Amino acid sequence: MVYFLCFIIFSIGLYCILVKRNLIKIIIGLIIIEYSVNLVFILFGYRFAGRAPILAAGQTIKNMVDPLPQALVLTAIVIGLATTALLIAIAMRIYDRYKTFDITEIRRLKG
Amino acid sequence: MNIVPLFVVVPLGTAFLISLLGKRTKGLPDILANSGTLLLTVLSVGAIFLVKGAGVQVYKVGGWIPPIGISMVLDGLSSFMLVTVNLTAFLITIFSISYMEKYTAKWKFYTLFMLMLGGMNGVIITGDMFNLFVFLEIAAIASYALVAFGIEKEELEASFKYMVVGELASLFILLGIALLYSFTSTLNMADMGRVLIADGPGKLVPFVSVLFLVGFGIKAAIMPFHAWLADAHPSAPAPISAMLSGLLIKVLGIYALMRIFFNVLGIAPSILNILLTLGTISMVAGGLLAIGQSDIKRMLAYSSISQIGYIVLALGIATPLALLGAIFHLFNHAIFKSLLFLNSGAIEYSTGTRDLRQMGGLNARMPLTGTTSLIGSMSISGIPPLGGFWSKLIIVFAAIKSGHTILGLIAILVSIITLGYYLKLQRYAFLGSLKDKWKGVLEVPFTMKLSMVMLALICIATGALLLPGIREVFLKMAQDALSIGQDYAAVTFESIK
Repeated sequence: MVYFLCFIIFSIGLYCILVKRNLIKIIIGLIIIEYSVNLVFILFGYRFAGRAPILAAGQTIKNMVDPLPQALVLTAIVIGLATTALLIAIAMRIYDRYKTFDITEIRRLKG
Repeated sequence: MNIVPLFVVVPLGTAFLISLLGKRTKGLPDILANSGTLLLTVLSVGAIFLVKGAGVQVYKVGGWIPPIGISMVLDGLSSFMLVTVNLTAFLITIFSISYMEKYTAKWKFYTLFMLMLGGMNGVIITGDMFNLFVFLEIAAIASYALVAFGIEKEELEASFKYMVVGELASLFILLGIALLYSFTSTLNMADMGRVLIADGPGKLVPFVSVLFLVGFGIKAAIMPFHAWLADAHPSAPAPISAMLSGLLIKVLGIYALMRIFFNVLGIAPSILNILLTLGTISMVAGGLLAIGQSDIKRMLAYSSISQIGYIVLALGIATPLALLGAIFHLFNHAIFKSLLFLNSGAIEYSTGTRDLRQMGGLNARMPLTGTTSLIGSMSISGIPPLGGFWSKLIIVFAAIKSGHTILGLIAILVSIITLGYYLKLQRYAFLGSLKDKWKGVLEVPFTMKLSMVMLALICIATGALLLPGIREVFLKMAQDALSIGQDYAAVTFESIK
């Protein structure tokens, strides 16, 4: 069920990229997809009623959350930050040159 | 001392030093970048002999034993790819010394260049699934920035298009890795392969295969996913076009595809059929689209799609002979496509135009560029003594021997089409009478000449790689690493002990 919701978020992002004409909206669509993938990854490591995998003295942990996906998603988020920053920087430069965000007017390349 | 981590450490360290010191000291970025790539070339040739002598090398990052920690694996295929990448990158940095003078921020160019090289070497050498994704993103982000390096209208547009498509591909790959992790509870490629052999593929692996096929297919610009390439590759500065077309699509696309499908997931007949179909489509359509182009770099970019089609076709046939052909064609294409892009850069440097219709008779003023470009063109279209002939011959042979006679004939036909559009390039640019406005054109500076001549010499000599004795060291080891398939896990764990 939860995975199905993630899939819906993924589809919304894909729709946004494919249909929207505004550069900024395309970037937002990409961010939505990225979040849905990160969410799926986190959910794979989740256990119901699980707790943080920290072993303190005198404790036994029976049911713990898998920490590896969390570490990986943290890395993926940092990578996502870098790409988003670069995308927005390029979108700003495009606005400087073309004075528009509309992709139907930004068409110097074809063929 | 273990040389395996140096392939990542050297380019990243050089990038760091260049960004730190390059702004103030003029000339230092050139020296640092060139010595860095030269060192990497020497190391990667050393790596081949290391693997030949001592078998597969595994480096444990931080000392953790592999299924738990991250590992770096140097086997026949990775050492072969390292030689291809670092040798070509070294020759391209030589070319950049003079070519990049016309841009203002040379040190930024070299920093991004070395970051991209570090990312590519990392993808090749890593033995860990998530690490592969991280290095892939390092190389990809550096390449997005390099495509937009000129910050003109076309370059920004191409870069934006490339970024959106490329990021989508990366997210598909990440989703595939997440699903694989949930199935196997491990990220180490060898361990993953072992679990998949023990548990069987189940229903998940076909789904993950499709995700990877889309993700790496976009990165490799196989035909239905090719739209970004024809914009992105011509827009970058010439050395970067050579890097992107010659190396990046092969490392991020083809190499990752080969490694994951053949060595980790285990290749299924349905996937092979998909590869055969996609390969044939991109081979034919790329060739046909290239004929109509008048922009020289755009023609070369479409030609890249066509040649990638040959490699994917050979991977789809998947007999040992076809794999040898795929690997050999990959090496050849890296060399001659870099050479041709550098030639186009040399023309642009001297005349300031990329439009074929405006050129003509440049052989009179730029004989060296003309000759090397002739060698590159003849090699890519498969004229006998040159390297491209042998690799295409092997692919066609393998296709016919395995019963795909029609595909073999199509491959020969596309080779003729390739010859057609490269003759058009020669005819428009170099042959014929010199136009009046190019009377004052000068040949390019020495370093650019040196780089082009060396690439042309390698183009002529690559046929020798098939000779017995040399073949065992270079191509056979890479082919064996692919043909063992899922035994990769056993071989890797053997060498950890």
